[in-house]
Amino acid sequence: MSTVEGDLTLRDVPGPSALGGGWKRSMELLYLLALTDFKKTYFNTALGYAWSLARPLMLFGVLVTVFTQIFHLGKVPHYPVLLLMNIVLFGFFQEATLIAVGSVVGQEAIVRKTQFPRLVIPLAVVLTALFNLMLNLVIVAIFVVASGVTPMWTWLLFPVVLALLIGITTAVAMIVSSLYPRFRDIAIIWTVFSTVLFYATPILYTVGNLVGHPTLRHIILLNPLAPIFELARKWIISPHAPSPAAAAGGYAQLLAPLAIYVGVCVLAVWVFNREAPRIAEEL
Amino acid sequence: MLARSQKRPGGAPLSSDSWSLAADAAGDGDVAKLGRSQGTREGAGTGPVVIEARAVAKSFRIPEHRVDTLKERISHPFSRSEYRELCALRDISFDVHRGEFFGIVGRNGSGKSTLLKILASIYRPDQGKVRMAGRMAPFIELGVGFNPEMTARENVVLNGVLFGLGRRDAQSRLDAVLDFAELRDFVDLKIKNYSSGMMVRLAFAIMVQADADIMLIDEVLAVGDAAFAQKCMDVFHERREAGKTIVLVTHDMATVQSLCHRAMVIHDGELQYTGDPEDAALHYYRLNFAHEPAAGGDAVMAPDNDAVAVEINGRAVQARLLDDAGKPIANVEQGAPLVLDVVIEAARELEKPIFVVHVLNDDHVVVFGFTRRLDQLIAPGQRVRLRGEIENKLVPGRYAIDCWIRRDRGFGDMRVQGLRLIHFGVYGTAPRHGIVSLRTNVEPVLEPATDA
Repeated sequence: MSTVEGDLTLRDVPGPSALGGGWKRSMELLYLLALTDFKKTYFNTALGYAWSLARPLMLFGVLVTVFTQIFHLGKVPHYPVLLLMNIVLFGFFQEATLIAVGSVVGQEAIVRKTQFPRLVIPLAVVLTALFNLMLNLVIVAIFVVASGVTPMWTWLLFPVVLALLIGITTAVAMIVSSLYPRFRDIAIIWTVFSTVLFYATPILYTVGNLVGHPTLRHIILLNPLAPIFELARKWIISPHAPSPAAAAGGYAQLLAPLAIYVGVCVLAVWVFNREAPRIAEEL
Repeated sequence: MLARSQKRPGGAPLSSDSWSLAADAAGDGDVAKLGRSQGTREGAGTGPVVIEARAVAKSFRIPEHRVDTLKERISHPFSRSEYRELCALRDISFDVHRGEFFGIVGRNGSGKSTLLKILASIYRPDQGKVRMAGRMAPFIELGVGFNPEMTARENVVLNGVLFGLGRRDAQSRLDAVLDFAELRDFVDLKIKNYSSGMMVRLAFAIMVQADADIMLIDEVLAVGDAAFAQKCMDVFHERREAGKTIVLVTHDMATVQSLCHRAMVIHDGELQYTGDPEDAALHYYRLNFAHEPAAGGDAVMAPDNDAVAVEINGRAVQARLLDDAGKPIANVEQGAPLVLDVVIEAARELEKPIFVVHVLNDDHVVVFGFTRRLDQLIAPGQRVRLRGEIENKLVPGRYAIDCWIRRDRGFGDMRVQGLRLIHFGVYGTAPRHGIVSLRTNVEPVLEPATDA
């Protein structure tokens, strides 16, 4: 029991906010919430982890068949393993953002009845997806080694790719989760849009495959995810692939996706801070 | 002060959410008085200020038709004016001192819960400022944040952190929580497999063990069985002695009068009164009576609204239902007579007081009532016993018994006071049609065929 003679300084009660209640508490809640989600996913189904692996592997199986047997994209070095890595990375982005949409509404009781830092909710979703990604990356690593990719020092740079991907994922998760209580059709819009993104990101193909389609290439290079996937490819699988800048045709071309990336992050912080104080009233 | 002294006579509790805090807290008249003497009302309001609210205002925007989709927003970009401003709170200022048990009372929709949510940092006030000293934990509802798929152990930690403890701290209090809740054997059981009573106990135990300096409580206490209620009461007294501050939002005046040092009355978002709970109760009754004559006062109660005023006439020192053997019971079997045993202590001189007893159902409908007059002069402090049998035609469900004490001062000058006496349940298996079950001898008979 704490002492009666505590600190009696009056402090402002600021009202709800993104991280109200202090960093430490927010971090602990983040950890516990993500852990809960994770346990729910893996300990309540008979096959647990196998299920979460089955999804990307099945998608991979279908796509690798279609694109090596029918469309002959197999000329890209180590195409199957590249495809698997891309699917797993994009799977993280898609899973995190799609679940994030309804996350704040899903935690309605906590938001409306306790003092809860709002930002923790979408962050927990991203963190749970990240646990998942880590497990899936183990499988990717096995494939990479098994398919005879030469080990190289750039593998050590993979955390950079991951950090960039987590950054944009978090930003999008913040935007969709904070807007959803007010605009319920965000759910449908984002489902469709994330599917579009799947094809607008160099997952099934590389930017190099787009040489004959300059307009398409320009559009796809606006996608901030594109350089991230190109980086991953160069650093992990084919060191001789052009760097994102080279693939885009100069560093200047990278300014657009970079600006969009930064823009999305700034927008996320702005939108979330704007919505956070009133989220409890919108639910 | 309300008093209800039934200890559940063994067996499975019919309904675990059947008590109101004050009612069971009182236990019997002695405990009730103990509570009052410990109330140290004279000591209240002298400690340092721990909650300071200044000119707090809050309004909600209620859309005339809800604009929930982007399409609507885009196709009517200038239709923002279709919001209706609902002013929930206006210019609320008050202080709560350390160690105080502070009540916030008001009718439904008066803004009391909104105020609590502002104090709890769940809503942001539009204007004004709230300052607070010490660690605060809101308890708007018991069991918020429980995850049914997780064990009690995991939930205790998660909830503890939710209510402001550190993770390690929450972990170290696990034993204390389980002991308090008497759920040690079920620590690794998933919450979804808990009975509602167990869940309530666990939630309450966490609330107690979260050990916040300031507890903000919103009527969550109206749950649990009698023995547990007593335990909760002990805890509240103990909290109070330990210098913890408790803010309780309720519409049950009995709770306020029995527990609070000070109380504040809110009506339509405005602060009506802050101060002594007895006076607060008076204000509250006045508001209720003025605005809702039909709720407690029917034609018998209020022959002429202008001449009727509300005052404190007395308090119940004992109120219970008995069984055939004269033992107190909490619930009555369908059809079994209700034996009422109530002792009311006069708070002032009452000349020929009239007692109007109402039995209300869950929907606050007066199922029936009766009026008794005592043709005597009652001195302050004297006690009147209302005892007798009531025919039980009630269908199974939850009920309450109210008593209105009326003092007729002649010339149509009427003073009344409403008291909530008892909550009870009627159990039975008969199908429930309507609100009473009457004896009938209606039988279907097949009509002989006619050749018309």
